[in-house]
Amino acid sequence: MALAFDEYGRPFIILKEQERKSRLRGLEAQKANISAGKAVARILRTSLGPKGMDKMLQSPDGDVTITNDGATILEQMDVNNQIAKLMVELSRSQDCEIGDGTTGVVVVAGALLEQAEKLLERGIHPIWIAEGYEMASRIAVEHLERISQKFEFSVSNIEPLVQTCMTTLSSKIVNRCKRMLAEIAVKAVLAVADLERKDVNLDLIKIEGKVGGKLEDTELIYGITVDKEMSHPQMPKRIEDAKIAILTCPFEPPKPKTKHKVDIDTVEKFQTLRQQEQKYFDDMVQKCKDVGATLIICQWGFDDEANHLLMHRNLPAVRWVGGVELELIAIATGGRIVPRFQELTPEKLGRAGLVREKSFGTTKDRMLYIEQCANSRAVTIFIRGGNKMVIEETKRSLHDALCVARNLIRNNSIVYGGGSAEISCSIAVEAAADRYPGVEQYAIRSFAEALDSIPMALAENSGLQLIDTLTAVKSQQIKENNPYCGIDCNDVGTNNMQEQNVFETLIGKQQQILLATQVVKMILKIDDVITPSDY
Amino acid sequence: MAVERLLKDEATEEKGDRARMASFVGAMAIADVVKTTLGPKGMDKILQSTGRGRSVTVTNDGATILKSLHIDNPAAKVLVDISKVQDDEVGDGTTSVVVLAGELLREAEKLVNAKIHPMTIIAGYRMAAECARNVLLQKAMDNKQDPEKFTSDLMNIAMTTLSSKILSQDKEHFAKLAVDAVLRLKGSTNLDAIQIIKKAGGSLKDSFLDEGFILDKKIGIGQPKCIENAKILVANTAMDTDKVKIYGARVRVDSMARVAEIEGAEKEKMREKVQKIIAHGINCFVNRQLIYNFPEELFADAGILAIEHADFDGIERLALVTGGEIASTFDNPESVKLGHCKLIEEIMIGEDKLIHFSGVEMGQACTIVLRGASSHVLDEAERSLHDALCVLSQTVNDSRVLLGGGWPEMLMAKEVDELARKTPGKKAHAIEAFSRALQAIPTIIADNAGLDSAELISQLRAEHHKERTNAGIDVISGGVGDMEKLGISESFKVKQAVLLSATEAAEMILRVDEIITCAPRKREDRM
Repeated sequence: MALAFDEYGRPFIILKEQERKSRLRGLEAQKANISAGKAVARILRTSLGPKGMDKMLQSPDGDVTITNDGATILEQMDVNNQIAKLMVELSRSQDCEIGDGTTGVVVVAGALLEQAEKLLERGIHPIWIAEGYEMASRIAVEHLERISQKFEFSVSNIEPLVQTCMTTLSSKIVNRCKRMLAEIAVKAVLAVADLERKDVNLDLIKIEGKVGGKLEDTELIYGITVDKEMSHPQMPKRIEDAKIAILTCPFEPPKPKTKHKVDIDTVEKFQTLRQQEQKYFDDMVQKCKDVGATLIICQWGFDDEANHLLMHRNLPAVRWVGGVELELIAIATGGRIVPRFQELTPEKLGRAGLVREKSFGTTKDRMLYIEQCANSRAVTIFIRGGNKMVIEETKRSLHDALCVARNLIRNNSIVYGGGSAEISCSIAVEAAADRYPGVEQYAIRSFAEALDSIPMALAENSGLQLIDTLTAVKSQQIKENNPYCGIDCNDVGTNNMQEQNVFETLIGKQQQILLATQVVKMILKIDDVITPSDY
Repeated sequence: MAVERLLKDEATEEKGDRARMASFVGAMAIADVVKTTLGPKGMDKILQSTGRGRSVTVTNDGATILKSLHIDNPAAKVLVDISKVQDDEVGDGTTSVVVLAGELLREAEKLVNAKIHPMTIIAGYRMAAECARNVLLQKAMDNKQDPEKFTSDLMNIAMTTLSSKILSQDKEHFAKLAVDAVLRLKGSTNLDAIQIIKKAGGSLKDSFLDEGFILDKKIGIGQPKCIENAKILVANTAMDTDKVKIYGARVRVDSMARVAEIEGAEKEKMREKVQKIIAHGINCFVNRQLIYNFPEELFADAGILAIEHADFDGIERLALVTGGEIASTFDNPESVKLGHCKLIEEIMIGEDKLIHFSGVEMGQACTIVLRGASSHVLDEAERSLHDALCVLSQTVNDSRVLLGGGWPEMLMAKEVDELARKTPGKKAHAIEAFSRALQAIPTIIADNAGLDSAELISQLRAEHHKERTNAGIDVISGGVGDMEKLGISESFKVKQAVLLSATEAAEMILRVDEIITCAPRKREDRM
């Protein structure tokens, strides 16, 4: 492989170890890239929609994941191809930004690439295609804004939110109890939401899972659960009206950071030291007792002696609680995290109505529930399920649902799902295409066709007649001027998505189109791929 | 133009029908492995570990078998996982859940081959599972109000559970042990309080339940071997050298004389500690940590029985039975709760000396001593007893009971069949398949017992078309029998968990249309 030659045909050496690198350029590079992008999209295509299938992934360590969440599939697939990696990134950024629609975004990108390939074969320069796509995406996003609807919800009327979350959950394995999970997700988000600032901090929602039981046992706890037990087996397992001291200092003798030595050279010193040590433990415990704490939650361990003293003074305690949990407990109970015993004051204690230990199944799994907190702004969703994979998948699905609910609180515009929004956009883009002179017109038309791929995939996965269904829906949309017609995946009998209550968030959809277009533009602009070849 | 490889080398990808095929085959293979262990005439498996010593386990417990298998097929791993969860959650039915899931998939494969979409099958399975669960709910009997009947229910459940295990010869004996042990827990599911001690020798029949508590430790030399009206202090404290815990402390001396002084002070400290402990007015001291010779000697002088190095569970259990608290400081003797028991003595089981605490205050904990011919027998006996204890403790909390011997399966199958007849559409095929899968369980039980399953099942089905029947398979006589009269019962909770998790797992595997296996992590080659 050579990049340049002198007049005698000898290659110049430009790249380091030039001979060992393989190179693809021009149309060939573009086609290879497109085919890689398409291959990724093809894998995800069957996971789209309520009748989408799952993928089983086996990690290098042999763990099994079963999921239909686009981002998770791609992340665990361990792809090697550079372009495929771009697609993985694409789905990940949709996941970070919106949380839902990670499969859809890849499918759209794949369809755009497929259309671009056709245009390339006609000899249209990639830059023109990219330009056209850019224009078309702008039209589509504007159109989405036009067909979107605001819908009102309030803390007392959560039905619209629940409906939207149900649309998200219906494509997952948990759709058996989607209604219940959607309600849990909405209630959880509303509990932590700041409705005035329209902001939701999802970190305040902790999702815990434990195998066993059934999915229906999943519950929302207005409080925190900690996977720990009381430090001493004989401490009370149930505390009402707990005043909680949240400590980050160990119940152990002090360990100054500076290097030092305490020299013992006489018997007296030995004895005073011993007494000091005892007093130290006693002081620590006494301080906690003095401020009126009835429960101690500590990030570090306890010395045996301190542990017994705590038990003795009737101060239940929990040790080795993780930093994140500690923070959540502090938020929930309205307490302050105290780094030193000296700084304990009664105001810094957190309050909770009920703290109890609960055991599960036949093993000695125990968890600590902290409920009825002073500030119920931190909640926990506790998932039960028949096996590990179900729980993991439920966690992911709930995360999606939480994100959707959050997005709706930020911006309460929705579009209708079931492919209706894409079909409507496709019609609008198609119509707009004619107004553009120049080569872009072709690209814009292709964009419209690519948008059809989502309803197509939905129809295909639901086992419907592809072309028949799509054309019927499209003509219905134009004839009735009704942008809410979509694919009837669940065989309900109507294809009006307004009646089926299938909603998606506006920002989710817009983001999908924008992100997909950006990535496709980037891929199209590549005309030279240089890779170190394997030897 | 060649399509570039998307995945890393060695990673494999299977799509569509091939993927489905791979998972069906894997799941069914796993189900077939454990299939022969089902039922009272089920056979055992020998498992040989690959580790050092090639230790051998003989077992009939589904979860134990599956845990020890090294499996590569991802679908099979799902089944192993549900079996493990079943073990953790209810303790029994670990084989049934895998077999049922396997049968569901076997039926699903036929349907997929008949060109029915997996999603339709799932929809049908869901309806069927819901229907089957309702049947169980309706038919479950609850005898919580009637303590006598409830105890007999528990006995029946324990005997049914044990009948498929190695303990089946003495199942009545062991069922009684298990029921007694669980009833002492008074509704708690904390099985830690039931200690199982295994001692090789004797026969299984010699196993017994001890009301008190047995600690597998020796009594210090020169100390009393037998104490009546013992006051016990349970402690977790250092009795070797009581270290100074303040960080950075070290001893720096300039002469030998000083060393002796310090040593003297140390000894004095220990003596003081012992004095303090003795000041509690105790005559028995149990410590979790080591006790060195010096303090042991002091204890012996004071006529106190000192037991060292009881492990943590032992300590906790001892604290639970005797009602004492686990102490680590000894400055306020008046407020430390001491444990009491009537008699502490050293007893011999086989060749080993054990310490026996009898006449304890809190009756919650107890000890079951298992005797048996070899360690393998003992291990398996422990597992079986554990299963029975788990089931019983769960039943105490949820006292609903079903009959056994394939009775619930046949009932469910009948109702599910009804449902299939009423359901229009392709789903009906899936619902029918579900009912066939349910019937497979009694079929396998019959097959394992060497009976004519086809004949038996059809008889059973006919019997079940009458109202209110108690018919099930009587493996002993080889015919259809009245399960209530035979006293074969199962816990409702176990059956429900089997039904739900098997359906969930089957659903999960059915939904898969692509398997992507990453390249296995490379082990570093050692030179």
